[in-house]
Parts: sequence; C-alpha cells; structure tokens
Amino acid sequence: MTGILRLLTARRGAGRLHWTDWATYAYLGLAVLLMFGPVLWLVLSSFKTPAALLEFPPSFLPMTQKEVRVEGYPQPLPLFSVTMEDGSTRELAQVRRVGLIAQMVDPKAPGTTVRVAADKRQPVREMAFAVSNYTEPLAKYDFLRFLENSLFVTLIATAITLVINSMAAYALSIYEFKGKTLAMLAVIGTLMIPITIVLVPVYLVVTEMGLVNSLWAVILPGAATPTGVFLLRQYMLTIPRDLIEAARMDKASEWRIYARIVMPLSAPALAVLTIFSIMWRWNDFLWPLAVLTKSEVQTLQIGLNAFQGELQTQWHYLLAMTVVTLTPVAIVFAFLQRFIATGIANTGMK
Amino acid sequence: MTLIAPPRARPRGPSASLLDRFGHAVVRVFEPPFRALQRILGVRRMPYVFLLPNAVFFGLFVFLPIGINLVYSVTGGTALFPSQRPYVGPEQYAYLLDCGSYLDPSTCREDHFWRGVANTLKFTVFQMVAMVLFSLLAALALNRPIRGRGFFRAVFFFPVLLSPVVVALIWKWILQRDGLLNAAVTSLGGQKILFFVDPSWAMFWSVFVSVWAHMGFYTLILLAGLQAIPRDIYEAAEMDGTRPWRVLTRITLPLLWPNLLVVLVLVLIRSVQVFDEVFVLTGGGPGTATQMIVQYIYTTAFANQVQNFGLAAAASVLLGAVLFVLTLLQLFLTRRRAA
Amino acid sequence: MKKTGWAVGCALALSVLGSGYAQAQTTLRMMWYSDGNEGEVMADLLKRFEDKNKDIKVVLDQVPFKATNETLPVQLAAGQGPDMARTTDMGGIAPYMLDLRPYLKDAATFERNYAPFLEWMRVPGDAKSIPGYMTQLTVTGPFVNKTLFEQAGVPMPSPKATWEEWAKAVNTVADKVQAPFPLALDRSGHRFFGLAVSQGAKVMDAKGDPAVIDEGFKRAAQLVVDWHKSGVMSKELWGSVSGAAYRGANEEFKNAQVVMYLSGSWQIAQFDKTVGDAFDWVAVPTPCGPANCSGMPGGAALVGIKATKHPAEVARVLEYLASDDVVSEFYSRTLFVPGNLAVAKKGVQYPSASPQAAAALKVFGDAVASIDPVAYKIQGWTNSRIVFNAVISRLGQAVAGETTLDEAYKRIETDVAQQIAERNKKQ
Repeated sequence: MTGILRLLTARRGAGRLHWTDWATYAYLGLAVLLMFGPVLWLVLSSFKTPAALLEFPPSFLPMTQKEVRVEGYPQPLPLFSVTMEDGSTRELAQVRRVGLIAQMVDPKAPGTTVRVAADKRQPVREMAFAVSNYTEPLAKYDFLRFLENSLFVTLIATAITLVINSMAAYALSIYEFKGKTLAMLAVIGTLMIPITIVLVPVYLVVTEMGLVNSLWAVILPGAATPTGVFLLRQYMLTIPRDLIEAARMDKASEWRIYARIVMPLSAPALAVLTIFSIMWRWNDFLWPLAVLTKSEVQTLQIGLNAFQGELQTQWHYLLAMTVVTLTPVAIVFAFLQRFIATGIANTGMK
Repeated sequence: MTLIAPPRARPRGPSASLLDRFGHAVVRVFEPPFRALQRILGVRRMPYVFLLPNAVFFGLFVFLPIGINLVYSVTGGTALFPSQRPYVGPEQYAYLLDCGSYLDPSTCREDHFWRGVANTLKFTVFQMVAMVLFSLLAALALNRPIRGRGFFRAVFFFPVLLSPVVVALIWKWILQRDGLLNAAVTSLGGQKILFFVDPSWAMFWSVFVSVWAHMGFYTLILLAGLQAIPRDIYEAAEMDGTRPWRVLTRITLPLLWPNLLVVLVLVLIRSVQVFDEVFVLTGGGPGTATQMIVQYIYTTAFANQVQNFGLAAAASVLLGAVLFVLTLLQLFLTRRRAA
Repeated sequence: MKKTGWAVGCALALSVLGSGYAQAQTTLRMMWYSDGNEGEVMADLLKRFEDKNKDIKVVLDQVPFKATNETLPVQLAAGQGPDMARTTDMGGIAPYMLDLRPYLKDAATFERNYAPFLEWMRVPGDAKSIPGYMTQLTVTGPFVNKTLFEQAGVPMPSPKATWEEWAKAVNTVADKVQAPFPLALDRSGHRFFGLAVSQGAKVMDAKGDPAVIDEGFKRAAQLVVDWHKSGVMSKELWGSVSGAAYRGANEEFKNAQVVMYLSGSWQIAQFDKTVGDAFDWVAVPTPCGPANCSGMPGGAALVGIKATKHPAEVARVLEYLASDDVVSEFYSRTLFVPGNLAVAKKGVQYPSASPQAAAALKVFGDAVASIDPVAYKIQGWTNSRIVFNAVISRLGQAVAGETTLDEAYKRIETDVAQQIAERNKKQ
C-alpha cells in the first residue's frame, strides 16, 4: 500500500529510473491498452465479413476462409485442412457436405473425391479485408451528402454558439445591470437539463417555426448552450478590469472591447467550447432523428443508424460507417489536443 | 466553480488563428450597428444588447419548451398539441407518486419510475466513487515527471470524444457472450460469463464504461489542480523526511480539494442524466436492473405505443426540480469554497 | 483554410435552400426502414416506375427503424411526415393513413389481394378503406439446427409434435452436444404470442375488451418460466434487456449454439448469408399446443399518408408497387414471405436463395395457411402492441427473478388498462 502511495505522491527528479517510475509506466501502459484497445478492435472488426463478425472465438484480424478453384468445378471451393484416418493432415477442397459427411477433393488431384467426417475438417483461413463494408454503403447511400450535412451543422452551429454565448457571457461578466441575477439563475437552472426530456415540446416549437426537415432545425435549438455561457463567463471574470477601463478611456466602443480585448483573452475557454460544441453536434442523434427525415438533410449519425432495422442490424456496414464518422473527430482531436488540455485546466467545465 | 487562473499568453496554433480570423470578420460586420445602438441606448443599456441573441434562443428553445412541458404534465391523452389535450389536474403527478412505500419500488403504482430512481441513485454513487478514484490515480501518475506525458494525457482523453452510442456499441461487442472478453476468459481456462444476465455485472459494466468514456476529462481537471500546487511545499516536506502517506493526506489532497469538489459535482449531475450509454449497453436490463430515470421518461414519451407525453412530462418536471436543487447546491458549495 | 470553409458553407446553404424548387414533376417522399436488402430492391423498383411515369419522382428516405416506430407518430401528429411510409405499427399509424380507394384504378383487385391484412391498417369501425399493401408478411416459426440433432443421434420430432415434446428433444440434444441454448425464443411480445395462441390465449373477450390473462396465456407464461428454470431456455434473451426491448438469438444460432430457435420468416435471408456451410438448418412447422398449431402473423406495410398533397400520385405509386408482378419480384429478391394472396397462391420463386433457404421459405409460406383466426385477430387489434409491450416487459422481469409470475400478471393487466385509458382521454 505504501508502495503505491509512494508511487503516486513522490515527485522524483530526472535521472536514473526508480522502480516507481517503472510502475507508473506500467499503469499508463495498461491505460493505453484499455483506452485504445477497444477502438482498435472496432477498426479491425469493421473489415470483417458479416459471417466473420459473429464468429467465436473472434479473431483479432479480419480472416476469411480460403477458396480455391478446382478443375471441373465451376464455383471456387472452400479449402479445409483435414485430419485423415491415418493421422496425417491434408488440405482438401470441399465439394459439398451432407449431414455429418463432407465430400472433398484434393485441388492437386481433382479426379477423385474423398468422404470425410465433418468434424475432422478445419477451415483454412487467410487474412482478408472486407473493404466492401466501406465501398458498398458509400456507393449505395449518399454518405457524402450526409457528411456535408454533418459538417454544415457542426461548423455553423459551433460558430453561432461561440458568438452568441460569448456575447452573453461578456454581458454577465463585465457589466452590473438590473436583472443580472435573474439571468444568471436562468443559465444555471437550465445547465443540467438534458434535451431528451424536452424533446417533444422543442419539436412542437420547431414545427410551428416551419423548420422541420431543414438543417436549421438541428442548428438553432442547441445554439444557446447554458454550459457555454457559464464556462465563458467564469473565464471572462478573470480578465483584469483595468484593461477594459483603459479601453473605455480611449473611446473604444463596447463592441470593440468585447471583440478586440475580451474575446482574444478568452481564447483558451473558446477553444474548449469549440471542441465541446463540435463533439456535441457531430455525435447528436436523437434530436436530428426527430426533425430530419428527408435523405438530403440527414446527418451522418442518422445514416449510420439506418443499418439498424426492426429485427436485424447490418453490423458490417454499421461498424465500417462508424469508423468513417470517427475519423474527422480523431483528426480534429489530433490538431486541437494541446488546447483542450490548457483550456479545460483553466475552466474546469464540461 | 472555475479553477481560476489568470489568462496567460494565448496559445498559438490552428484554432487560435482560425478563431482570430473569424472574429475579425464578425467584428467588421457588426461594428457599425453596435456603435449606433450604443449611441442611442448609452453604455449602461449595452449589456441587454449583448444578452439579447442568446436570450431569444434560450426563450424559444429552453424556456418555452419547459413551459409546454408543464402544460403537458397537467393534461392527459395522446394529442400532441397542448390545446387539444384534456386538463387532468395533478393526476399524472399523483400517479407517479402513488407508492405503498417509497423504499420499495414494487409497491408503487408506476414501479418503473421508482426503479429508475433507485437505479439512478445506485449508479450515481458507484460512478462518483469510481470516477474520482481512477481519475485521481491517473492525474497523480501523469503529474510525475514522465516521458511522453502529452501522449498519455491524450490516451486518457481520447474516449471523451466518442459518441455515447459508439462507446456503448464497442463495449457491448466486447462483453457479449461471444465477445472478446469471454474469448480471453475461456482461453485462460475459465467459463464464459454472461455479463448482461447478472444484475451486479450489468451495473458494474455500466459504471465501468461510463468511467472509461469520461475519466479523461476529469483527469485533466485534477491534473491542472496538481500542477498548481507549488513545488517548494513538496521539497520542504521531502527535506523534513515526511512519509508519502502524510504527503498525500496532508498536502496533496487538501490542496486539491477545490478541484475534487468540482469533479464530484460534475460527475453527480452527469450521472443523474445518464441515458444512451447505459441503454445501448445493457438495454436497461437484466429485468430492470439498469433502467435509469431518463430512459423511463424517453420510453414513456416515445417508445411505448401509447405515447404518454403527460406522464413523461410530469416525470421530467420532477427530475428537473431535483437537478435544479443539485445545481444550486453545487453553486453554494463552490461559492463557500471561494469565500 | 478560412476562405474554402466559407465557400463550402455557402455552397451547402444554397444546395439546401435550392433542393425545394426546380422540378416540374410531382415529388413524393417515401420513408423506409430496412432489415436487409429491401431498401435497394425498392430503389430499383421505384426507378422502373419513374421511367414509366415521367411526371412522378419518388424519393426514398432510408431511416433507422427507430424513426418509423418512435418519431414518425409525433411527426404525423404534428401534421408533418412523408407521403408514404413503411411501418410495422399499422394500428398506431392507422388514423393518419390515406384511403386510396378513390384514386385506385382497380380497387377490387387490390382489396382481394390484401384482404386479411388491410384490416390491420384500419381504425376500429372502418371496414372498407385501403391504406396500403404488405411489403412483407412475416410468420413466426422455429428454425432447427439439424446437424446438432444428427450429432446427438436424436430423431427430430414429427411436424405435429407438441411444445413439450420439442422442449424435451432439444434439451437432450443440447446436453449431448454441449449447446448453451436448447430452445431460444426471441424476446418479443409478438413471438411470445406465437406460443401463447397455441396454448389457447385469446387476449380479448367476446366484446373486444382486453382480457389478456386467461388460462391459455397462463399456460404459456408458466411454460416459459419453467423452461428458464430447467435450463431449456437461457436467461440471456428474456432476462437481459428491460422493458419492451427486442433481443434475438440469430447470432447465437449462427454459431451453432442454439438447437431450436423460435423466431420468424425474416431471419431466412440473413441465415442464408451468415451460416453458409457451417451446419444444416431447417424451418419446421410451429409446435402444437392444446388449442392449435398456429404461429403469429405480422409484417410491415407500405401505406399512404393522409396529409399528402398528392393523393392521386401516391395511389399510382402504391398500385404499381402492389401489383402482382412487381410485388412478386420484390418478395423474390428480398426473400420475404408474400403478403399478397394471389402471389402467394401462385408461389414465389427465390432464385437468389440457396436450396436450404428456399426450403425454409416454403415451410413458412405453407405455415400461413395454418394460422389460427385468433392470431389474426390479435395482430389486427388496435391495442395489440400495448399488450405485446406490457407482456414482454413484465414476463422479462419474472424471468430475471425481479417479480413473481402472479405479480407479473397483475402488472400486465394494470399496464394495459392504464395505457388504453390514456389513449381514450379526449378533450
């Protein structure tokens, strides 16, 4: 126990590696496995054929049974490794199987067929990436359009969110005015209400505005996030007032102070909100499902879930398209990783 | 609630420059009208102008719906438009609150609601303990002078970006009878475990997957707190030969308390809202062992053939009230800390 | 970076705004969900229709099933929604359906071909309207892993065998070959009634009022609970998810872990693809109970929506799709059991199916004839889904050990009563 505590509390300098350093790396190594492993698993699985996906024990890499062309047979035949009665193993192609008996043929000597007990054969497998999981849905469905829609929603919504949230946050952090407490209470009170529980009323509002089946129906309702206002306001409170007073002395307009002084100084908090907004919008499913039904306005998440029917799920397509939707997020993350760290550290909000 | 740090030099990079340019464009467009408004209204009325756009959105898409929900909750039937729904008074609330004993959901008329409440409470407690523990461990490990800290930080944070549905799908795939984990268990000579048939396992994995998905975020908050602790305190302790346990309990944890509090409260509120992650993972089962309160509301309003907006609205009003109190409590606690 | 971003944004905005105009022809929207390849087949058929009818364009909006089941009713209630939709919740959507009769060229043929199923699409009291046609008739029934029977050396029970005889046989097989699921039943209220009807469950009384818990129902529920206790059924299906959530055993069946799987005709296409040569599987007639040997019918219909601005065009599209040749091709390519009486009588050829799948399709096709009138009546009742959901949700709790069976019976009755009462509350 004390060993662990030492590991976790001691701050050792650089130099020789102490055993606690090794233990730290071991802990972090385990984290790498646990955190990346499942995602890697998803990516590899997305290249499996529908049959291979359901296999047990599952293979890590996408494998399929090898097939060979044998003279005299029009179709390629599946290849098996067969344990013969004398104990030797041979690679045979299967012509057909009836009940527990398989009729097999040696690809090198296609003349004679051999009868083999079905449980004496093991499929010969080879690695094969089922790229068709990707190409087929991309060809059959308008995934490019879905991607455009998702991008449009994500970018425009994030821009609107940043502008109106930062304006509100600016008002709530820099000024003293009548009704400020009420406004703050409104923000805080709605901070934690999940959209799921007001879905029907919001749908009514959007319908009355005539926005159904327009991307604006997805963009507008979530634009004024209480979380964003709160996060930005908390950050803006830390901006020194002298700067603002000095600007007022210089006859800068209030808009100029907001746009040219407060906004640049709030960059880390804005970066955090950007990331979160992108994440929320990109991954949003339930709400778009309710308001977007026409295929030309559907987003990626809806397109993705169209592979889930009433009774069947087309897993191979679903997994492949999941990987496709993950990729942009991963790229954004790779670019903005550093900002997330500093931004969150300074605001402590999600 | 903020970990207040003075604004530092702006980080440079793609996002900053993009934001800058975007900002400049907006500034140029909006400058003249705002200048005019300021001339007419005066500086003192400007905050209202700045608040206005956000307030309009808020009113339309947050407060108006909450109001409609209140109307739903006192009306019945299946009509969508409030004007077509018959007034039933507090009937929906009475139906929800009709219980033999509040400690035993099976004595309630609407037992699913109370099972949801009980499960959400259980989930919240486990989730808070596990989340704080593991993100604290991770933050302490990341706070050491290790190689590749940025990389490891990214490792913890990466799952935060995944959508809840994707997270749950991945883990469901791994945990099912013929999944990766059972393949590992059987290859070690064990029996396959049916994780989603046992209520305890189902709850365990619900908590585990939530921690997996979100701990990166809380780790960063705690890491920020750790890095704000002045180094010389540790150096002094080391010179005094203070034992590691005392260093942790007497120095690190007390100084980290504000951040821990933020984490605790955020986890609390997120736990109460949990829905799609757990729903996709366990389907709320076995039985109703992981059916959460938001799932109940969603099912009542949508998934049931009779879409009972009234009952769902009543449940959401009750949930909203609880969340409001929790949020105020959080604010009160953090205010006191700041004082 | 910024400039291209804006350019893309503007282009998108324009394309979104622009998509509403342009065509001189009538554009119709069809909301469609898919279990398998039926979306592709429908797209093909629509293309053919458009070639012959240049004045109509049909846009196929493929959505998740969740959308047709959960959000479509809200959209319809708000006066929104498509011109046509594929739905399984026929009773629930019925009030919003368009009566095609005034617009059909040959309403009599339409009526004749789809007669028993049209009742499912009508609101109570309506005996005449024609809202749409069946894209798929489903029949519940069992699949058997024949290879496991052969390996165990156990003979398969005869076609008229009872549920108890089958349960005993599959249990013996499972013991011998170490299969974890002797008998698997989809976790679904609809499939439960495939068993319950054969035990004599009637669901409603002579007046048409709900009377779910009768002797037949209790016999079936007791069977299911006993099978879970004795290990004939695994808790993994019924005991895992909550509420009315569906859970099938198709993946387990594919891995040869299930000896007998009670599901339905819709599984055939998928088994044909995924099982491949791994083992022999057959469909067998539904086992018998004291009352009959009936399964449950079900399916999905493509219907017109009342709010459409182009009812005549909707009727033209649906009449084309529902015509014998076209619908026959649709069933044939999707491996669906025909939901059109004339086509069923003639028989559908399934050239894309393997001999195994074709044999199974024949078994299910023949099973349509042995469906008991009670089963039709239950399926067509407006409140059937309320009953299905309540039953599976409460029996699931009993199987998971959360409640007793008696408690479940009581809850089923109150659940059903409360929801029907809520539905009847009108201003």
